[in-house]
Amino acid sequence: MMSTYYAGLLADVGILLLGALSVYIILATGQLSLGNAGFMGIGAYITSYLTVIAGVPVTLALVIAAVAAGAIGVVVGFPALRLKGIYLAMATLGFGEMVRSFFLNLGAMGGSEGFHGMHHISLGYIWSWAAAILLLIVILERSRVWLDMRAVRDDETAAGLVGLNATTIKVGAFGFGAAVAAISGGLFAHHHVYIEPGNFSFERSIDFVLAVILGGSTVGPGALVGAALLVMLPEYLRFLAEWRFAAFGALLVAMLLLRRQGLLDRATFRAFASRRAA
Amino acid sequence: MSATGPVPLLALNEVSKVFGGIHALTDISFEVRPHEIVGVIGPNGAGKTTAFNVITGAYRASRGEVLLDGTPITAEPSHRIARAGIARTFQNIRLFADMTVWEHLLVAQPHSEFPLRRLLPMRWGSPHALRRAQEVLEFFDLGAVRDRLARSLPYGIQRKVEMARAVTARPKLLLLDEPVAGMNHDEADTIRKLMQKLRDTGVSILLIEHDMAFVMKLCDRLYVLDFGVMIASGLPAEIRANPAVLDAYLGAAA
Amino acid sequence: MLAQQLVNGLTLGAVYTLIALSFSLVMGILGVLNLAITELFMLGGYFGFTVIMAHLPLPLALAAGMAGAALVAIVIEKLGYQPFRTAPVVTPMLSTLGFSIILQNVVTNVWGSDPLQLADEVLTQRYTLGGVSVSAMQLTVMGATIVLVAALAFVVQRTSMGRALRAVAENRDVARLLGVSASRITLIAFMLSGALAGAAGVLIGLHYAAITPYIGVEIGLKAIAVMVIGGTTRIWGALIAGPLIGVLEVMTVAYGGSQVRDFVVYGFMILILLLRPQGLLGGSRSDQGQRV
Repeated sequence: MMSTYYAGLLADVGILLLGALSVYIILATGQLSLGNAGFMGIGAYITSYLTVIAGVPVTLALVIAAVAAGAIGVVVGFPALRLKGIYLAMATLGFGEMVRSFFLNLGAMGGSEGFHGMHHISLGYIWSWAAAILLLIVILERSRVWLDMRAVRDDETAAGLVGLNATTIKVGAFGFGAAVAAISGGLFAHHHVYIEPGNFSFERSIDFVLAVILGGSTVGPGALVGAALLVMLPEYLRFLAEWRFAAFGALLVAMLLLRRQGLLDRATFRAFASRRAA
Repeated sequence: MSATGPVPLLALNEVSKVFGGIHALTDISFEVRPHEIVGVIGPNGAGKTTAFNVITGAYRASRGEVLLDGTPITAEPSHRIARAGIARTFQNIRLFADMTVWEHLLVAQPHSEFPLRRLLPMRWGSPHALRRAQEVLEFFDLGAVRDRLARSLPYGIQRKVEMARAVTARPKLLLLDEPVAGMNHDEADTIRKLMQKLRDTGVSILLIEHDMAFVMKLCDRLYVLDFGVMIASGLPAEIRANPAVLDAYLGAAA
Repeated sequence: MLAQQLVNGLTLGAVYTLIALSFSLVMGILGVLNLAITELFMLGGYFGFTVIMAHLPLPLALAAGMAGAALVAIVIEKLGYQPFRTAPVVTPMLSTLGFSIILQNVVTNVWGSDPLQLADEVLTQRYTLGGVSVSAMQLTVMGATIVLVAALAFVVQRTSMGRALRAVAENRDVARLLGVSASRITLIAFMLSGALAGAAGVLIGLHYAAITPYIGVEIGLKAIAVMVIGGTTRIWGALIAGPLIGVLEVMTVAYGGSQVRDFVVYGFMILILLLRPQGLLGGSRSDQGQRV
């Protein structure tokens, strides 16, 4: 039987995995978002409202929240088209902070006091969602849609000239990423059974980005490697405990320097996958 | 609009393009007919690439119109013009930095299938795309570099990949911007033969080139631009003898 | 009442101006958003606090904060910027993010995560000018800011080092041809920006008589909005935007509640990014060359 503590860690990995995937999806079109904690927060608050106040079963609540967040993501995605690189990063940072401030001010959902009353969900439930979405993305990566996204990332002009509508692709990616982040938020809310705006801050957005960059920014399972690394590594290197963040910061710089694509890349993943199949 | 003869594949009617105070193109009219290879030549800065950019929708013409098979495409966005059947290559090769040759051929496939099929792994959702990509791969003799990262390949091969990518969706019209720039005689000859093969399969070609020998050998007709204005048009032999053309090039040999 | 809020807003605005100038120097000259500045701001505050708690004079605290932050900025320039100077600018931004994470962890471990408080408040005398009450601390913050900004202006406009900074901002390759060492210039840019951020940290710490490891994210991050609003292509935009946002924020808290202030400030930033990306003080959109 698994200890509650260990189960909690695994739950955190699943939740972080989804958050990291939300950044990964958007990054696949060449857009770096530093505000996905905002979408996570939206998902957390909507699902919590639905289950606690409206009495909706949690699975349905997650789906509704994902759709709603996806719509917001699309709305955010359109003005985002006008911005590139650092300017887009700054705007998404601003968006994330705006969402946090919004929920701070939303008295109906507790404001700064936070919100509680959610039913606790099991580790298995969390991982059903996490695994399903990861699998979905791994399959999607073999499709034409993902190739189109990579083309838009590599050269938007050339992509247009082979018939790709960069607008649809980039905005769609924002929507999809937002939906996945929302699910991460909903699961977070029902796992910790208490949420407050501070849970969805810039630091959370950075955790997502860190997981993707460290774990692997060119393949979906990279997010899993990153999430596992961020949550589990401090457990196995106990001496790190108080210095875990400094270690991750240093690891980030080292990774950018030595292996920009992160730990898991396409070649490594393919090798791993084909060895499993053999 | 002339009512004589069949509708040309591509027609530019008095197209002008102005940037701020710069008249990049002034009243340019020309046409490309099916099964033709047409060349656009002229000194540097004459507006040839600008004309390409207007045709493909990167720029919007300030005046005049661009017609594909008689239908105006002047105000259409790039990706729709591409889907309508115009493909192009670039002066500075624009390949996808992170993709293999094979992936280039896959991503350039037409988007004719039902959108949901595009979400499936390609082996199941788009088998025709895999077949077509194989076809193009063989046509351009790129089998040996199929899984290599395109930008890691030698220059001449990169040019071939760019052309292969452009041809994959079976365009009606192929715009080639300096396809043999920087190539030696043998490489250029290979490209020339490829272009003739393409023309025989039904693709019309409009090309910009500075290599005069290449252009004279290959093109059915020529247009000459200088300072954004059309100064001559006709058969290669006529152009070669045209004093205005020789003037524009300041005596540069044909 | 309004005038009182104005004074409070200008004090906060002064701190924003310093941090925004810090961001703007690196962004304007190198095109990089140095996310470590928020923690250099915080670190400077801690250095200053250490000096004050040792009962040493205020100017020394300011100097310590500035020097300490500038030194750490040099380390970041060498390890976090130089290796990535040819990469797309998002990469060094992420690398400075890594350093900001490291810095915050270090400070939390060395000084603890609880707020550090001054035993006695400093400079608490209040003066009344035309019906408005101003504390000596507020005057010091604003005064110090004016002095620092003037010093920066002097360096940038009148010294050969400043000329070199402007040259690199315009065009790195041309600057190199003219004999300006780009790597020395980036080092100076980082140092100056570190010093300014450190000064801001000392001033805000003294103003609140307390400091936590989280002021970087709480206050420093908003200075990015200030930089954007003032205009990332003109570093002096921060001089207008700083007080503007400081006052805006204080007014929002006074009349709308403290919970909406971030919403308003960042909302303004996003509007500027979308509608007038050159910022309030930036010239026409094509005026991208004039940076410093």
